[in-house]
Amino acid sequence: MSTMSDPSQPVFRLSMLVNDTRYRGITFQIIAFMAIVLLFGWMAWNATQNLAALGQNISYGFLGEQAGYDINQKLIPYASTDTHLRAAVVGILNTLLVAFLGCVTATIIGVVVGILRLSKNWLVAKLMSGYVEIFRNVPVLIWILIIFSVMSNALPAPNAFRGENPSASMVMDAFAFTNRGVYIPRPVWEPGSFLVVAVFIASIVGIFALRRYAVKLLFDTGRELKTFWPSIGLFFVPTLLAYFVLGRPITLEYPELRGFNFQGGIQIFGSLIGLWFALALYTGAFIAENVRAGIMAVSKGQTEAASALGMRPGRIMRLVILPQALRVIIPPLISQYLNLTKNSSLAAAVGYMDITGTLGGITLNQTGRSFEAILLLMLFYLIISLSIAGLMNLYNNAVKLKER
Amino acid sequence: MKKTVFLGALAIAGVTGTMAAAQTLEDVTSRGALNCGISTGLVGFASQDANGEWQGFDVAVCRAVAAAVLGDPSAVDFTPTTNQVRFEVLNSGEIDMLARNTTWTFSRDVDLKLEFTGINYYDGQGFMVPAALGVSSAKELDGATVCIQAGTTTELNLADFFRINNMSYQPVPISTASEAQQQYLAGSCDVYTTDASGLAATRAAFEDPAGHIILPEIISKEPLGPLVRHGDNEWGDVVRWTLNALIAAEELGVTSANIEELSAGTDNPEINRLLGSEGNLGEMLGLSADWAKNAIAAGGNYGEIFERHIGQNTPIGLARGLNAQWTEGGLLYAPPFR
Repeated sequence: MSTMSDPSQPVFRLSMLVNDTRYRGITFQIIAFMAIVLLFGWMAWNATQNLAALGQNISYGFLGEQAGYDINQKLIPYASTDTHLRAAVVGILNTLLVAFLGCVTATIIGVVVGILRLSKNWLVAKLMSGYVEIFRNVPVLIWILIIFSVMSNALPAPNAFRGENPSASMVMDAFAFTNRGVYIPRPVWEPGSFLVVAVFIASIVGIFALRRYAVKLLFDTGRELKTFWPSIGLFFVPTLLAYFVLGRPITLEYPELRGFNFQGGIQIFGSLIGLWFALALYTGAFIAENVRAGIMAVSKGQTEAASALGMRPGRIMRLVILPQALRVIIPPLISQYLNLTKNSSLAAAVGYMDITGTLGGITLNQTGRSFEAILLLMLFYLIISLSIAGLMNLYNNAVKLKER
Repeated sequence: MKKTVFLGALAIAGVTGTMAAAQTLEDVTSRGALNCGISTGLVGFASQDANGEWQGFDVAVCRAVAAAVLGDPSAVDFTPTTNQVRFEVLNSGEIDMLARNTTWTFSRDVDLKLEFTGINYYDGQGFMVPAALGVSSAKELDGATVCIQAGTTTELNLADFFRINNMSYQPVPISTASEAQQQYLAGSCDVYTTDASGLAATRAAFEDPAGHIILPEIISKEPLGPLVRHGDNEWGDVVRWTLNALIAAEELGVTSANIEELSAGTDNPEINRLLGSEGNLGEMLGLSADWAKNAIAAGGNYGEIFERHIGQNTPIGLARGLNAQWTEGGLLYAPPFR
């Protein structure tokens, strides 16, 4: 009865697309894909239709028009006569600045707190868990507002530095802490200064070379070379020598009170400080938990084995525990960096002019191009987040357990 | 926040599909309430009183329109809007009109597809400084730190003013008026700038109003007025002529006190046409014959509203100035009701 069928030539019927397990998966994937394309297509069509009904079109021409507004913190030259595009770039740089400062500070805070939370010292451990719990469980916007308003209300206005008997004074005549920001001296680069910088960079390279040599010596001959004091010496002596030999080519410009404000020096805006500290403290609390989890994930046997070999606790942490813990710490750390970068868009709350404040704030309001501006913003944050994730994944690949 | 509103707007637009242009009036009538966008809180213009009722100069315009359309000045749902979202909220259809000290400019009218229906306050941008600063003119502000509300025309005027006068300044953009005031009072900026009426309102709310002075320079023209969406001319006419009715009522001497008596009929045909005892102006607008009477009865004529909310006997203490009737040397000039 079945001798007539030929197994090598199965007949393809349409019903097999649903019933046959070989095709079913692909069929449903294609259907789902088309549904998604249709959904997004409908959303785009709906948006353009409704914009057209309101008499608006989608155009990015506004980016080339004159912006007309000023920005207080600008890392590249910018005036109100420049274009909206340039204002957006100023905003992008401000976003990147606060994200970079925040990530670095949050990592330092996170690692230190994470380790201290595991300390045997009861007070230290409890203080650190207090910090983690308080910062992790209050929204970051509240922290931004708190730190910013503490700064603007607790620190003196520039006016307080005025007069014969001022109620506030500069720290070491070089640093002024005001409610408009912190003023610090600015280095002035005169001819010859690049030599000093070159010597400084060379001595940093020298320190690293010395340390490598010390490790190599230790592994090859078992002889330990002390590197602490030579490193300190290398760090300071050549640079200072070059500085004085070349006749002090780098001078400092101190901030001084002129007119309404301090002039000269570098002004670190209160809004930047508020945002930076709030983001760093908030994200640092999360990173501390990641670090603690990473350390606890390393088996206790490792610590015990290391101390059985006679290693001191500091070295056990640095050479045995942390390198293994990093494999657990890095992946969640990536998402903390992404969170911090995206949270920096809360800058508007304190008037920090990041990309959300320039392109997504004033430009959007002045031109009314909300659709276009928001799309650009989304694209920017997407690119930045993917770049950070990409870089961190490279690092993760470098430290993760090599499986062969 | 802005993204949410935007997406909300998109969603609303998606639900209602393509909005027919000319149906706001029917929407309001069938809903039985007017959705009116106002400021988030500016004493004298829009603020909540002790009972939680919105009161103020801009609020009075909303109430007058509600009275004209629905016959009930309390049939208003107020939507407080920030500077950043006000136009999107209006364009999305969430509100029917916006009365929120908004400056009438070319690009807003033409490019943003909004329709300004008149001017209820002629304003100009000014500066406020602490009296202790010893500054008597805006030309002495070189190097100052200036608090501004983000997303307003004041930002652009400020940039122009300082550039033209070759002065430098440091802007501190703040998103709401109350935050800007806190920053100014804490001394994190030397100067606070906004429309002169807003400065007066802000100063009135200070603990020590005498410690702050408003500089004499007015650096821009800021005609403030109610606005509606582009393309619904019938609704635009209703809002425009309600405002005109309030202004004309003051010129013609119609007040909330004598309106009942006058609406019975007078020997002045203009008053008769305005109050509906003669002619069919209400019908032309698609409203009842006593629309203007209701609008005026809601809060009095323009002059009464002005004096009650921002006039010289209020803490805000603004003089009529440019906002006097044209017969008194001001700029208020309602077209004829004919």
